[in-house]
Amino acid sequence: MSAPVVSTNAQQERTDKTVFGFWVYLMTDLVLFASLFATYAVLHHNTFGGPTGAELFSLPYVLTETLILLTSSFTAGLAILAMHRADKRQVIIWLLVTFGLGLAFLGMELSEFSRLVADGNSWQRSGFLSAFFTLVATHGLHITVGLTWMGVMIYRVMTGGLVPTTMRRLTLLSLFWHFLDLIWIFIFTIVYLFGALQL
Amino acid sequence: MSMPSSTKPTPPVVTPTLRSYVAGFVLSILLTLEAYVLVVRHAVASPILVAAVAGLALVQFIVQLLFFLHLGRETKPRWKFYVFLYTVLLVAVLVIGSIWIMSNLGYHTPSPSEVDHYLKIQSGL
Amino acid sequence: MISSILGKLTPDAFIHDPITMGGALSMVVIGLGLVAFITYLKRWGWLWREWLTSLDPKKIGVMYVVVAVVMLLRGIADTMLLRAQQASSVGASHGIISADSFQQIFSAHGTIMIFFVAMGLMFGLINLVVPLQIGARDVAFPFLNSVSFWLYIAGFLLINVSLVIGEFSAAGWLAYPPLSELQFSPGVGADYWLWSLQIAGVGSLLSGINFFTTILKMRAPGMTLMKMPMFVWSVLCSMTLVIFAFPILTVTLALLYLDRSMGMHFFTAGGGGNAMMYVNLIWAWGHPEVYILILPAFGVFSEIVATFSRKRLFGYTSMVVALIAITFLSFIVWLHHFFTMGAGADVNAFFGIMTMVISIPTGVKVFNWLFTMYGGRIHFTTPMYWFFGFIATFTLGGVAGVLMGVPAIDFQVHNTLFLVAHFHTMIIGGVVFGFFAGITYWFPKIFGYTLNERLGRYAFWCWLVGFLLAFVPLYILGLMGAVRRLDHYDASMGWQGLFIVAAIGVATIGLGIAFQVLQFVVSFFQRRHHRDLTGDPWNGRTLEWATSSPAPVYNFAIIPQVSTRDAFWEAKQQAKSSEPPSYEDIIMPKDSPLGIFIAGFAFVFGFAAVWHIGWLAVLGLVGLMVSIVFRMSQDNTDTVIPAAEVRRIEAESRARRLAA
Repeated sequence: MSAPVVSTNAQQERTDKTVFGFWVYLMTDLVLFASLFATYAVLHHNTFGGPTGAELFSLPYVLTETLILLTSSFTAGLAILAMHRADKRQVIIWLLVTFGLGLAFLGMELSEFSRLVADGNSWQRSGFLSAFFTLVATHGLHITVGLTWMGVMIYRVMTGGLVPTTMRRLTLLSLFWHFLDLIWIFIFTIVYLFGALQL
Repeated sequence: MSMPSSTKPTPPVVTPTLRSYVAGFVLSILLTLEAYVLVVRHAVASPILVAAVAGLALVQFIVQLLFFLHLGRETKPRWKFYVFLYTVLLVAVLVIGSIWIMSNLGYHTPSPSEVDHYLKIQSGL
Repeated sequence: MISSILGKLTPDAFIHDPITMGGALSMVVIGLGLVAFITYLKRWGWLWREWLTSLDPKKIGVMYVVVAVVMLLRGIADTMLLRAQQASSVGASHGIISADSFQQIFSAHGTIMIFFVAMGLMFGLINLVVPLQIGARDVAFPFLNSVSFWLYIAGFLLINVSLVIGEFSAAGWLAYPPLSELQFSPGVGADYWLWSLQIAGVGSLLSGINFFTTILKMRAPGMTLMKMPMFVWSVLCSMTLVIFAFPILTVTLALLYLDRSMGMHFFTAGGGGNAMMYVNLIWAWGHPEVYILILPAFGVFSEIVATFSRKRLFGYTSMVVALIAITFLSFIVWLHHFFTMGAGADVNAFFGIMTMVISIPTGVKVFNWLFTMYGGRIHFTTPMYWFFGFIATFTLGGVAGVLMGVPAIDFQVHNTLFLVAHFHTMIIGGVVFGFFAGITYWFPKIFGYTLNERLGRYAFWCWLVGFLLAFVPLYILGLMGAVRRLDHYDASMGWQGLFIVAAIGVATIGLGIAFQVLQFVVSFFQRRHHRDLTGDPWNGRTLEWATSSPAPVYNFAIIPQVSTRDAFWEAKQQAKSSEPPSYEDIIMPKDSPLGIFIAGFAFVFGFAAVWHIGWLAVLGLVGLMVSIVFRMSQDNTDTVIPAAEVRRIEAESRARRLAA
């Protein structure tokens, strides 16, 4: 049986509904991160005789991470612009750039983690470090999911072209990616900058 | 689902523009660097500095919402926007409420270090 | 060697004390019996095609209710053991079960009743009714709906597997640390609790998003927000709470698991943890959860009272305002669950006052229902019996709740049976009565025949009398100082008589449940006599009664146009010509088994996380991801019901209606 023909009108309604539903999901994710931030705020003084944030974090390193993620958010936007122009090649190129930047960010985050663990400052060291690792790694986990999704989408665009379903999912993916950048603003400010100020 | 097309006007597609992405990107970089420089220059936290850094984060939050996530570019009814406002309200309730409750507890209950001290005495260390 | 392959799972996990063994065995026997029965009837293919893989919200709703009823039976069996223990374990006698079993049973009872009975009944009713009431053919995301349901099943399986393999949590239904931390609960019980709730909770969250979007985006043309049926309003508010409360639960459970499995220090006694943060977080979810359950019950009663009083709902606007007020206020009262934790007077006073404030909108609703009946022509059907029972008990429980909202009084009754009696009054008298009323009310819309009224009334009276016998003694015992979760007490306390009365009450409730099961069976065999041919057995007011019973898979052949509240009632007043309209092709989602696979892998992952089986966890995660990606790469997920087929179905139901 051939696929039923869904009218353009119905397609657009579907996109509208899906984008809204995804937006609501992002809001639930915001509450999820808010719970982690609240936990971090309550526990961040509980260093249990271990190091504080000011002693552990390297601000220039984190600034680099921040700028990389910010740039990837921008390039994700460029991919969406190309999608609206129906420019398949550009979509793939910008998605690949975004993917690379995201991977670089993730690599930097993991190397920061491994440095902390190697120095004996793992998540088991104190309540503060448990809260730190969990908050930042939850963001990292989201980035990992985003990268996996991006990989699938790149493949889909390459093989299937810019069909309505793919375009809808690309829109969602870009929302997800921008959202992760949004969360990072607060991790950067509250965890790292305020940490350096020993708040 | 196939709604009768005549009765339900579909929202027009709002396509983002290059200008909005570039504006968002440049503004975000400037705001990030500004916050970074403020903190690196002043190693000591004064209330004004903290307020300034927090304010910069909030401004960047709004910038990215507008330019990257295109919030507020919806056609009516603006459900995305209302849901977002409600989320912000509840996030504030949750975070501020938790900090208030937990810091208030601190006055009346032993701190974790006091608990540790107590536990050590109890186990004869 | 084996330990590295199977994690913490050893043959010891299958060894239990006699009572648990009995429970485990009966579980296995019932399960195998069911499998054998279906195989004997050769119904597997039918079950798989027609039900398990279905994306029809009506069928998913029925499956939710069936599972919830099964869990209700287990929950009530737990209760009987608990009350039997308390009635007999006095002085020299230590009753029928060990203290450890007792703890596991009360933990399981609370968890099952809230997460698998109340939530199951709620999502069941929402699935059955919301699309019909808003004049839609489906929910916003049909496949996601199936995933939500199967995640609920995965949680359900995990909690039942704990009966056979290993043990269940003995740390209470909310598993407060430090008791639930590895140091004090080294077994896998707490992990079973964590993962069963985590998986079911994610399902609930996805359902919340789904129905929130459905209600906001898929209403029939003309149905503005202020023309929605009150049940839809209550669900919209309840789903708003789900969306904002369940992520907090997800985080809280995850943090406790990280403490237990990775040696973190969020809530541990030492290492810089803070156990009170857990209590804070879990109630920031837990209080909204109470309203998540009760709001749809309010909605059910609003529909029932209006229908059976043959009047418009009194004070529609004030009802909506009250619902919205509750939706916000329920997020700023959570500390009243832990007034005694040691916060200062200012914090306690704030949350005490807010608790008083939130009782006002609820009071408004009670008066609105009473005024709806005033001057109406009241029909005493079974749903109305549940409603009267609800008004009486819920008001009683509400008053007890306001009483405990005063911090000074709470210090006196905190952690006593007074509290236990209070929240059972709210949940049984409010939530459970509401959902029973709803199931009776909407049953004909789904199955095409009404339920036996006489048996329904018997069930109601057993429940009401049993409820009063079971919980009035607990109020008194609580004031006498009996703490909750007590498995033994001294004869000199003088409590035994009241505990025996409570046990008799539970037995009476059990009789009520037996009548309900009997009601389903008898009604099924009498279905020819109770057939609903009109599609409108109660002379209803809202859109779901406009379509035939049982509702066709596409709900409405022509999407209705709405211009007023109580749209169907208005349409009936201005009877139109029955000219057969012209039908169009209807596009519906194609059924899919992938929801089962996704939830199946989630179950595998949960089981592996409980027992620390590394390779199995990886297998679960990879399976999960592959299933999702596979679903994403399916292009052809729609199916068409041709106009001719629609015309045939509609003509049949019209013929039946005319014959009636």
